[in-house]
Amino acid sequence: MDRRPERVGRAWLARTVLLGLVILAAACADNYPQTTLNPRSDITRLIDQLFRTTFWWAVVVFVLVEGALVYALWRFRAKPNDPEPVQTHGNTTLEIIWTAIPAVILVLIAIPTVKTIFKTSLPAPNPAVEVDVIGHQWYWEFRYPKLGVVTANELVVPQKKMIGLRMWSADVLHSFWSPQLAAKRDVFPIFSQTKLKKVNPLWFTADTVGDYTGQCAELCGIQHGRMGLRVIVLNDADFDKWVAAERVGSPLVEGGKVPAAVDSVWKADSIMTKGATTFLTGGCISCHAMVGTPLAGAMTLRGPNLSHVGGRTTIGANMYENTPTNLAQWLRDPQGMKKGSHMILPRPLTEDEIATLVAYLRAHK
Amino acid sequence: MAQAATATAEMSPADEHHWTSTGLDSRKIAIWGFIGSECLFFASLISTYLVYKGKSLVGPLPHAESQCLLHGKMQTCEGVFETPLVTAGTAVLLFSSFFVVLALYHAQKGNRAKLLGWLSATVMCGVFFVSMQVYEFTHFYHKGMGYSTNLFSTTFFTLTGFHGSHVTLGVIWLSTVLILAARGKLPPEKSLNLELAALYWHFVDVVWIVIFPVVYLMR
Amino acid sequence: MATSVLEHRAPAIHHAHPKTGIWSWITTVDHKRIGILYGATAFLFFLLGGIEALIMRLQLMGPNGKLVDPDTFNALFTMHGTTMIFLGVMPLSAMFFNYFIPLQIGARDVAFPRLNAFSYWVFLLGGLFINASFLVGAPPNGGWFGYANLTSSRVIAATAAAPAPGMNIDFWVIGLQILGIASIAAALNFFVTIVNLRAPGMKMLRMPMFVWMSFVVQVLLLLAFPVITVALVFLMMDRNFGTSFFMPDGGGDPIMWQHLFWIFGHPEVYILILPAFGITSEILPVFSRKPLFGYTAMVFSGIFIGFVGFGVWSHHMFATGMGPFADTFFSMATMVIALPTGVKIFNWIGTIWGGSLRFTTAMMMALAMVALFIIGGLSGVMHSAPPADLQQTDTYFIVAHFHYVLFGGSIFGLTAGAYYWWPKMFGRLLDEGMGKAHFWLMFVGMNMTFFPMHFLGLNGMPRRVYTYPPGLGFEFWNKFETIGAFILAFSFLIFLVNIIKTWFGPANAPADPWHGATLEWSIPSPPQEFNFPKLPMVGSSVPQWDARRAAGGHLPEPALVSGADIPMPNPSYWPLVSAIGVFLVLGSLLFIRVNPVHWWQFTLFGVAVLFFGVFRWAFEPPH
Ligand code: HEA
Ligand code: HEA
Ligand code: HEC
Ligand code: CUA
Ligand SMILES: [Cu+2]
Repeated sequence: MDRRPERVGRAWLARTVLLGLVILAAACADNYPQTTLNPRSDITRLIDQLFRTTFWWAVVVFVLVEGALVYALWRFRAKPNDPEPVQTHGNTTLEIIWTAIPAVILVLIAIPTVKTIFKTSLPAPNPAVEVDVIGHQWYWEFRYPKLGVVTANELVVPQKKMIGLRMWSADVLHSFWSPQLAAKRDVFPIFSQTKLKKVNPLWFTADTVGDYTGQCAELCGIQHGRMGLRVIVLNDADFDKWVAAERVGSPLVEGGKVPAAVDSVWKADSIMTKGATTFLTGGCISCHAMVGTPLAGAMTLRGPNLSHVGGRTTIGANMYENTPTNLAQWLRDPQGMKKGSHMILPRPLTEDEIATLVAYLRAHK
Repeated sequence: MAQAATATAEMSPADEHHWTSTGLDSRKIAIWGFIGSECLFFASLISTYLVYKGKSLVGPLPHAESQCLLHGKMQTCEGVFETPLVTAGTAVLLFSSFFVVLALYHAQKGNRAKLLGWLSATVMCGVFFVSMQVYEFTHFYHKGMGYSTNLFSTTFFTLTGFHGSHVTLGVIWLSTVLILAARGKLPPEKSLNLELAALYWHFVDVVWIVIFPVVYLMR
Repeated sequence: MATSVLEHRAPAIHHAHPKTGIWSWITTVDHKRIGILYGATAFLFFLLGGIEALIMRLQLMGPNGKLVDPDTFNALFTMHGTTMIFLGVMPLSAMFFNYFIPLQIGARDVAFPRLNAFSYWVFLLGGLFINASFLVGAPPNGGWFGYANLTSSRVIAATAAAPAPGMNIDFWVIGLQILGIASIAAALNFFVTIVNLRAPGMKMLRMPMFVWMSFVVQVLLLLAFPVITVALVFLMMDRNFGTSFFMPDGGGDPIMWQHLFWIFGHPEVYILILPAFGITSEILPVFSRKPLFGYTAMVFSGIFIGFVGFGVWSHHMFATGMGPFADTFFSMATMVIALPTGVKIFNWIGTIWGGSLRFTTAMMMALAMVALFIIGGLSGVMHSAPPADLQQTDTYFIVAHFHYVLFGGSIFGLTAGAYYWWPKMFGRLLDEGMGKAHFWLMFVGMNMTFFPMHFLGLNGMPRRVYTYPPGLGFEFWNKFETIGAFILAFSFLIFLVNIIKTWFGPANAPADPWHGATLEWSIPSPPQEFNFPKLPMVGSSVPQWDARRAAGGHLPEPALVSGADIPMPNPSYWPLVSAIGVFLVLGSLLFIRVNPVHWWQFTLFGVAVLFFGVFRWAFEPPH
């Protein structure tokens, strides 16, 4: 084996570079489901292109400037009996050059920046699906005014269609963030009588079917860390099916009334009847709209609409998987499951009630 | 610089003690710095007033009629401003700035009697202005406009209240100087003590000259 | 390194004022002692903020962390940010302002020595006030920029965790107002000192770069703090007097808070970095044996940074949806700041280029400051593109950015200053061996802690989350960062040991151990109370080098002199009394919640104390 010093040096260099690349690869690989570096929609791709432009310019500047710095450190280290170095005080030409070059780089960053600003910051011109996004401490409400759907925490959209979001908040500031599909934008509280209505727009067109995570990105109180969301992208057929199912008992469709046919089926089903009763006696009704109960049509309650909660994959704003065990535990001890959450039961539920409610809620797909 | 160098070579410790780079007394520079800082303070208050102008949800409003809660029920009430009164207050405050200049002139000249006269006049003007404001505020209160009634009232009271407290401080400061002068402790070589207070007083006055049109005249 | 080590010097000859005992510290108006008070206090607060950070790091070490409650975590990052910024970096800078502005400009003291003491006491009381919130179990928890309307108490009714809106944010709102008064008073003082007390011959363009950058900082403080004071007053009114400044239900607008906060907040970040820039600009020339490259450009780039810094605040608000035109404006303004900052970086490289570099701890810290600040600055430029910022804002990518500029920039710069000036302040040289260990651990720990935050942020980890679920890929780097944070902590332990060891070691520092360029090195270490027996005469921006050259390379140790005929200000306790008055006036506002009827009696009492203190102060003969 060749052991000449420069070879060793080179091998060492190669190994360092390799290690660096491995670390970088690890940092950008696909095992980050919430990554911003793997855009899956038109708008995030625009943003990603801009990011990559700035990133590579930053790398260039970094390498050159740190390189010069490190070189100077090494090259000009003091040696014994150094004479006094030449006392230079400055150099106007140099000053001009090193102001001008960064200025040019900045212009090269600024041009795509401005272009992208004008492409991304305005509301969608002609969205195929419109969704109102409302932030609550600590869950997300999604309303589809035209489709007559109200749901929570899981935004279901069709693929390859422009989705237009109109976003606000019911209490404090939140920020809607879906890294792979829609980037983020803050949502602000509005009150009905206020003249200052700040409804923030955002839009995106998802490339492919999939299940994407996101979460609230503005500090909004104790459970800010667990104000998650999912965006579920379906193909057109599945999306239409989903809408049809969600319309049953939606507050936006005939004030939450269900068709007589469905109603009579439910009346005959003991899970449904017992569940509905427990829902009333357990006090759930004071905070949750629920199909088949008197407040099915309510829009402004404290808690998320539960009419189709059985169809969601998670509960507690993407905190727990929607399994019978988790749901039961949620009803047993909501504060233990999500400390500080605004779900405060008027009284503890019995195990029977919990079992009834779990079955009932899960039946409402 | 050679000159400065020789100057120090001959400086006694006492001379050195009074050395300043600009030749001005440090306190004077300090008051200018402070005024600069205060400018931003009032700029923030005034901008907030302007941003929230016309955004109140209920009355009363400065000029126009509006619906407001009075004696427990909603009713129509008129604009609250009594512009003539405030104009008088403004004029008095403006005059006081003039008076304090005269007071300072006589302080520097050593005319104690005239100094006392003009300085008292200044203080009295300040007191008049503050009383005017106290009257105005109570009057508003009786018209149903409390501190937190609406956006207009909060921004108005905060802005003019902070200005009023500055005037009050100015009055206290000038009165202190007045007492000094009355006791014969303000000889011409110490007139800077009055000059500082006067600078501050002018500033407070100038701020009002901005506030008055912005708040009372602009519709 | 030290050229000669003096034997223990003869005891001081004559002192007009007692030099020891608690009372002498309480009544001191000597800028050097006040500087030491600032430094010691701020360093303790810094350690406290660091401990808060360590607890956060432990919580985040693995997914679903259970070490602290969610609300405790919110309090931890709020107090960590607030402490580091207002009680750590700012007063550490104030230590250097206090000690070295007068020395570097050849003055006997600051312009208003008693005001200086007042500033310190108000700062101390304000810092204790905010931290007292921990004792009553209500630490601030709204984030260091306290966004309304989360911080307004009228938002939402009780939860099980917070039955009634507590005093948490009141501590923050009032504490920051107290600290603001301290900052404005101090800034006014240094502003006047620099304008008016420069030694004969020291024209503005001969001032040391540290003084220049400090000067810009004082102007920024004077102009930025009034704005946050106003914002805090509004917030306090909303919380306690039913107003609607930031409350949508009354017509107010929460965004107004953001504007006011960041109009202060962005200049604030330059308040935090410019002192470190100044220190670096002092150290690099001395240890390169070359004057600062491009002095004038350095001065004007600093001024330019301060000036433009007032026009970029909304880059913290790109996600609020300001519209394309505002986005464009603030984005361009932000990018422009890269130019003057670049000028500084390049001039530093120009300074060491062709020099003869001595790698003392101070020099290494300063060079690392340059290297690390570049990384933070470049990520700053990446945020300044608004669409890209829509992915970055409120993620760990931002946390990475600001720790690179704040820790990599400010803390490295200030630590460099500590090693550089320690011998001047205490007459003792810090141990270089331990200093290097401190440096390397801090450098490695810093990069381990904060570099992976770039990955985490871009890969979807938001900031201010008390935990994260497994499966998002955040586990590895978070663990790595926590290890890094403990290495950082360890490096500071070494620093502490170094300090303690040096403290009890011999007084070995000559007047000019590094062959410095500026006036502070021309007088004994530590300086005598009056600093300069005779006001120096200044003929260039490197007076001490001039003197050394004129003396053929070797300067004799300056002698201690009696100084009995030099009038120095008397000690006074009225600044402390007045500070207590300020503290009572503002602190009493906390009781609005406890006792809505009688709280104002405290306030009146405070006003009485304040007026009493100020009047006694005003009529006390200064000498
Ligand atoms: C010491 C403090 C400090 C300093 C100096 C800076 C400096 C800069 N900062 Fe930073 N910033 C913070 C502290 C600081 N910042 C903090 C604390 C926050 C977060 C607050 C919070 O949310 O809690 C923040 C957040 C923040 C944001 C908001 C991010 C968000 O929340 O979405 C932005 C956006 O534009 C930004 C930009 C910049 C820029 C462009 C600079 C520039 O000044 C940097 C300029 C320097 C360089 C660019 C490097 C050197 C230059 C060259 C080598 C020349 C060549 C370079 C080019 C051609 C690019 N910063
Ligand atoms: C100058 C400012 C500064 C400094 C120096 C630091 C230093 C550190 N910071 Fe922080 N940080 C901020 C300013 C700063 N920070 C700000 C403004 C925020 C935003 C807050 C917000 O979101 O509101 C923030 C937020 C922040 C977060 C994000 C929290 C979140 O969003 O959830 C994290 C997480 O890791 C962090 C970590 C650290 C660490 C590990 C250090 C370390 O470098 C600390 C190193 C120091 C020590 C470890 C101290 C040494 C202690 C000892 C040696 C013990 C001695 C003990 C005794 C004597 C008893 N900081
Ligand atoms: C005081 C108001 C309140 C009451 C009473 C209440 N809830 Fe809730 N509930 C909430 C809130 C608020 C949330 C959202 C919590 C979060 O994610 O932070 C919630 C969430 C839920 C969820 C999860 C929904 C999802 O999609 O994430 C279920 C299921 C639920 N509640 C069921 C019930 C049942 C069953 C009852 C009665 C036994 C009940 N709740 C009583 C307020 C209430
Ligand atoms: Cu909602 Cu954070
Ligand atoms: Cu900024």
